[in-house]
Amino acid sequence: MAALTGLERVSGAARPAARPRRAWWRAAVFLPAALYFLVPLGTAFWYTVHSPATGVSLSAYGELLTADGFARSLSLSLGLALATIVLVLALALPAMLAVRLFAPRLRPVMEVLCTLPLVVPPITFVAGIGTALRGGTDLLAPTPFWATLIAAQDPAFPVVLVLAYVVLVLPFVYRSLDAGLRTMDVRTLVEAARNLGASWPYVLARVIVPNLRPALAGASFLTLALVLGEYTVAALLGYEPFAVWIVTVSGSKGQLSVAVSILSLLLIWLLLLAVSTVFGKSRGEKRK
Amino acid sequence: MTAAVSKARPGSRGWLGALPLLAFFALVFGVPAVVMVAGAFTAQGRPSLANLAQSLQGGYLTAMIGSVRLSAVVALLGAVLGTFLAYAVVTSRSTLLREAVLTASGVLANFGGVPLAFFWIATLGNSGVVSGLVGLPSGSLYTFWGLVVVYLYFSIPLMVLAMAPALDGLRPQWREAAAGSGATAWQYWRFVALPVLAPAVLGGVVLLFGAAFSAYATANAMVGTVVPLVTLKIASALTGDVLVGYENIALALSLDMVVVAGLVMAVYLPLQRRTSRWLR
Repeated sequence: MAALTGLERVSGAARPAARPRRAWWRAAVFLPAALYFLVPLGTAFWYTVHSPATGVSLSAYGELLTADGFARSLSLSLGLALATIVLVLALALPAMLAVRLFAPRLRPVMEVLCTLPLVVPPITFVAGIGTALRGGTDLLAPTPFWATLIAAQDPAFPVVLVLAYVVLVLPFVYRSLDAGLRTMDVRTLVEAARNLGASWPYVLARVIVPNLRPALAGASFLTLALVLGEYTVAALLGYEPFAVWIVTVSGSKGQLSVAVSILSLLLIWLLLLAVSTVFGKSRGEKRK
Repeated sequence: MTAAVSKARPGSRGWLGALPLLAFFALVFGVPAVVMVAGAFTAQGRPSLANLAQSLQGGYLTAMIGSVRLSAVVALLGAVLGTFLAYAVVTSRSTLLREAVLTASGVLANFGGVPLAFFWIATLGNSGVVSGLVGLPSGSLYTFWGLVVVYLYFSIPLMVLAMAPALDGLRPQWREAAAGSGATAWQYWRFVALPVLAPAVLGGVVLLFGAAFSAYATANAMVGTVVPLVTLKIASALTGDVLVGYENIALALSLDMVVVAGLVMAVYLPLQRRTSRWLR
């Protein structure tokens, strides 16, 4: 039996006798699941292209793409997502490496810190942030920091949102990177590179990052998806990125709001596809 | 920084790399957290328990119970259905089916918020396509069970993603060994597979509970205030369509939420470690 160890992924093949019995069982699971997941997809699309008055037309999508604020809100969301990814990776990766290499005793602390945001639902977080911002603005009014705080709340590019999003994605990024770092011998790799005279930035860029590609891809995708779909924090702090704009623009227009929902589903799918294509090579290697 | 990394020797400053993250965390997470706790225990400018007491009474208590009940139902249903779906996918011979379902799960698990609400309103809402066909009574979607159906749309995929690696880790040898020792299929599941999978399943339940518990945008777009939920109460207390002093009630409600979420998470973290011991 030990010869089978390499085959656990195709576990079904090891039990041919059980197969005919399981066929109906699987159909009984897949059919309702397919109905449940595909019917809303289909009906939502039908709803956007068909109306009793005008018949079938794609006008809802045309109206959407030309609606006021579409480009602005989408580019704001993408900008926020990009800034969040850069900041969270720039903060988390050095910290995790430093703890691994130099201060293993800090590791439980890091783990707890990076898990804490999971316990805090976004709406409670925004309650805290909103109160802190108002209090901070009053408190800092006589000092130069006041201007910084105001600048961070600029509606054109609210840095506050980036900061909040970094906290919200930290648990996912931490777990993704931690899993990635587990698969390599960080200490040996870094020591070898350093002994050969590589500088720290070089070690990071040419040794650590290439080994972490799948983990970085996973972390980036999660961050992108979270930031693009994030509504609670942005709406309650009064900003208008894509997810909030969707609600504003659709208002009472039913078709438009559903069209925009389909668009955001497509967006998530394309992102996932893009991330897995760009980083697909290393994933394929791992499969073998 | 010329020192090699061989040992964490005293005086090495390498740990400073962790400093930016710690400082960032203290500022962006620590300050709002302290403000929240302080605000929750302050009424009319002096320390008091009045906010917390009020947040656990009347409409606020109903909303909290509603949220917990909704999240628990979604988590249990989602976990059971998601596990079945994951098992069907993992044991399927078709790689195409497997990849398709797992990719779709990745997309749908991240599909939430307002767009999700719009999707279901178009399907089962008052002027929805399907509700017209099956003659669904008006308003059926905008109820507790309507929310359950909608929340399952991202919860089941989330469970599939959580369970697929665990189910992949079930070795055929274990089943063969059980069968070889004369165990029935039921005994295999009861004494071998379920104990190995239990931590993953429970972890998934906690994950789903947390996601449903903190969901706000979907509920807000769908039911407004028809179904009392604690996230909706916090939002309405925050956005100031009520009296001024209610901000601290919002903070007290937030604290309640964090406590509930924290208790649930406390189950999850030790479990996660246990799962990884068996399934690698």
